[in-house]
Amino acid sequence: MVERARKRYGGRGRVARGAAALALLASGLAACGGEGGTPTLRWYINPDSGGQAKLAASCTKASGGKYRIETSVLPNDATQQREQLVRRLAAKDSGLDIMSLDPVFVAEAANAGFLRPFTDAERPQFTQGVFPPAVENSTWEGKLYGAPFWANTQLLWYRKSVARKAGVDPSAADFTWDKMIDAAVRTGSTVGVQGNRYEGYMVWVNALIASAGGKIISAAERGDEAAIDIDSPAGRQAATIIAKLARSKAAGPTIATDDEEAARSLLNGARGGFMVNWGYIWRAENGDAKDGVIDKSIPGDLGWAPYPKVAAGQDSKPPFGGIELGIGAYGKHKDHAVEAVRCITSTPNMKFYMLDSGNPAARPEIFDDPDVVKEFPMAPLIRDSINRAAPRPITPYYTDVSGAVQSRWHPPASVDPSSTPRRSGEFVRQVLRDEALL
Amino acid sequence: MTTMDKAPAPPARGRAQISDRGRAERRLGLILAAPAVVVMLLVTAYPLLNALWLSLFSYRLTAPDDREFVWFANYATALSDGLFWSDVFTTFLITAITVGVELVIGFGLALVMHRAVFGRRTVRTAILVPYGFVTVISAFAWFFAFDLASGFVNPWFGLGDHAWFSGRWSSLFVIILSEIWKTTPFVSLLLLAGLAQVPGDLGEAATVDGATAWQRLWRVTVPNMKAAIMVAVLFRALDAWRIFDNIFIMTRGQEGTESLSFLTYRQGIERTSIGMGNAVGVLLFLSVLVIAAVFIKGFRVDLSRVRGDR
Repeated sequence: MVERARKRYGGRGRVARGAAALALLASGLAACGGEGGTPTLRWYINPDSGGQAKLAASCTKASGGKYRIETSVLPNDATQQREQLVRRLAAKDSGLDIMSLDPVFVAEAANAGFLRPFTDAERPQFTQGVFPPAVENSTWEGKLYGAPFWANTQLLWYRKSVARKAGVDPSAADFTWDKMIDAAVRTGSTVGVQGNRYEGYMVWVNALIASAGGKIISAAERGDEAAIDIDSPAGRQAATIIAKLARSKAAGPTIATDDEEAARSLLNGARGGFMVNWGYIWRAENGDAKDGVIDKSIPGDLGWAPYPKVAAGQDSKPPFGGIELGIGAYGKHKDHAVEAVRCITSTPNMKFYMLDSGNPAARPEIFDDPDVVKEFPMAPLIRDSINRAAPRPITPYYTDVSGAVQSRWHPPASVDPSSTPRRSGEFVRQVLRDEALL
Repeated sequence: MTTMDKAPAPPARGRAQISDRGRAERRLGLILAAPAVVVMLLVTAYPLLNALWLSLFSYRLTAPDDREFVWFANYATALSDGLFWSDVFTTFLITAITVGVELVIGFGLALVMHRAVFGRRTVRTAILVPYGFVTVISAFAWFFAFDLASGFVNPWFGLGDHAWFSGRWSSLFVIILSEIWKTTPFVSLLLLAGLAQVPGDLGEAATVDGATAWQRLWRVTVPNMKAAIMVAVLFRALDAWRIFDNIFIMTRGQEGTESLSFLTYRQGIERTSIGMGNAVGVLLFLSVLVIAAVFIKGFRVDLSRVRGDR
């Protein structure tokens, strides 16, 4: 049998292998050929619906043959994107020219010397007319290491019919988490959150603590000796809300494993009521309704309001996200890369990307554009939310801080206001000093 | 009947009895194996020693300048950390349950493959299909089956909105189930090789002596394939001890489902803590050595006997 098989396929197999080898050789040669002519800039992008690839093509064209931008797609979630980038940068990868960085990882990469800082002369074009939290997140020790490309924040999304039934107005100045959870319990509906043990949970915890007027850590420039402030009244207020929601009927059945998409499907389900989530929701819901994935009536029933408050009379601090563009410290064409980043983050290109991908731009002026307002009726709210958004801790040890908080605050139903903030503070300190495993 | 109590003893192989021919064969064997040994040393010894060296540092990939030699502090931290021992327990649980269940089911499947009268090739192929799956794919398949949003398990068994991956034991149950589904064929394949070694006339002789099928199984078949069983258990135990893929896909190690491999991944790759990651990695390696030693010395598994040329 084996002998027969070998005879039958042997010839063709050899031809196929030969062809594959030739193809590999040819592509290798083509890559070498590119070196001599137009410099090729490699841009590592987070997965999107194709908008970044389109920008790469249009900026290549706009350069008039000075450089060519090619994109490589990074893994799906932010943690793994960082893993791949850090590995490449630690190995001094000269083929990494531009990268789409989650804001929380800029400080780490900058501190390690992985990024080429923008000069004082270059700085204004990337920071003027840009949301302050985006600039703050792209800066480390006074230098700008990232060019804000798009900015993100979370809103409160809700089913208008449920809010009516519960008799609440989510846009009201006194709409708090407490009121929302009570309204959901009263109407048998749910509050969708990101409770899985991943970065999205840290986003929620941080937003609650910031909205209560606190911080997780401060004095981050002291590195592993940073001040840890999570064990505070604000930390306990945040823990109270998480514990109340997770143990109430308003929690989804899978709250301990829910990510953004799971929260969205909870909102679309029979018990859908309220949800905190990013700006992409509007596009996704309309697209799904058009494709018949969800009921056609849902987008019309979908309302939006500012991120809920922790206490009435105290403005909430919504989460901050988005993407900053960094330039690899070991690339061969750093000057070209700066030019390419300038092109990608220009106002018209940011607007194009917002309309193409549904991700909010990093410049407030774009939110007044008629095309944008037509496509995103909640654009003014997103703009105001980004303006007062609270960044997650800006520290080179962000992964450790975030991982340690997630470890002690997960699952949400186990959170105890009297012990979780204190224990998580101690644990963050131990992990930072390499005294505990994470 | 009484003669069947023990497997025929292998001919004694004392050092004194070795013949000239035996010695020449042994020398030839050493020469033939030498290139492979050299290559193995190059590709395994260097990384191992390097890992050992790096584990003595407090060193982060993202802070290369803060590298500091700390002797065995990383090991002390790991071994005194509750998380390490909780992960050891989780890994042990997964290993013990999967290997035990797989041995029983695998033996049954091996008997089916061995005895199948018609459609033998089809039966063998069907049994081996799960083993052909990439672990990540099978993990996703099982995850989606039990996931609340996409799964069919809850509706089938009327479990409502039971969240399988929100609790430690239910998560471990699914992880273990997927591991058993995926690797039982491997065990049954090794056991089939063992079954094929049992001479048929032994069974026939036992039948003539009036042994029941159950007695033939326990007194003739199993003792004669002890070597194959021990090898199957050893291979699977070592494999299961290093479990990673299913956990990564299904729970990301949350809810106390983290294994030792996952702990190593978290320290070394996720936190880029090179020193701590390598320390945990070295501890994992040592634990694998211990398991292998216990099997080979303790249970006297002779790897060379699997070939059947006693």
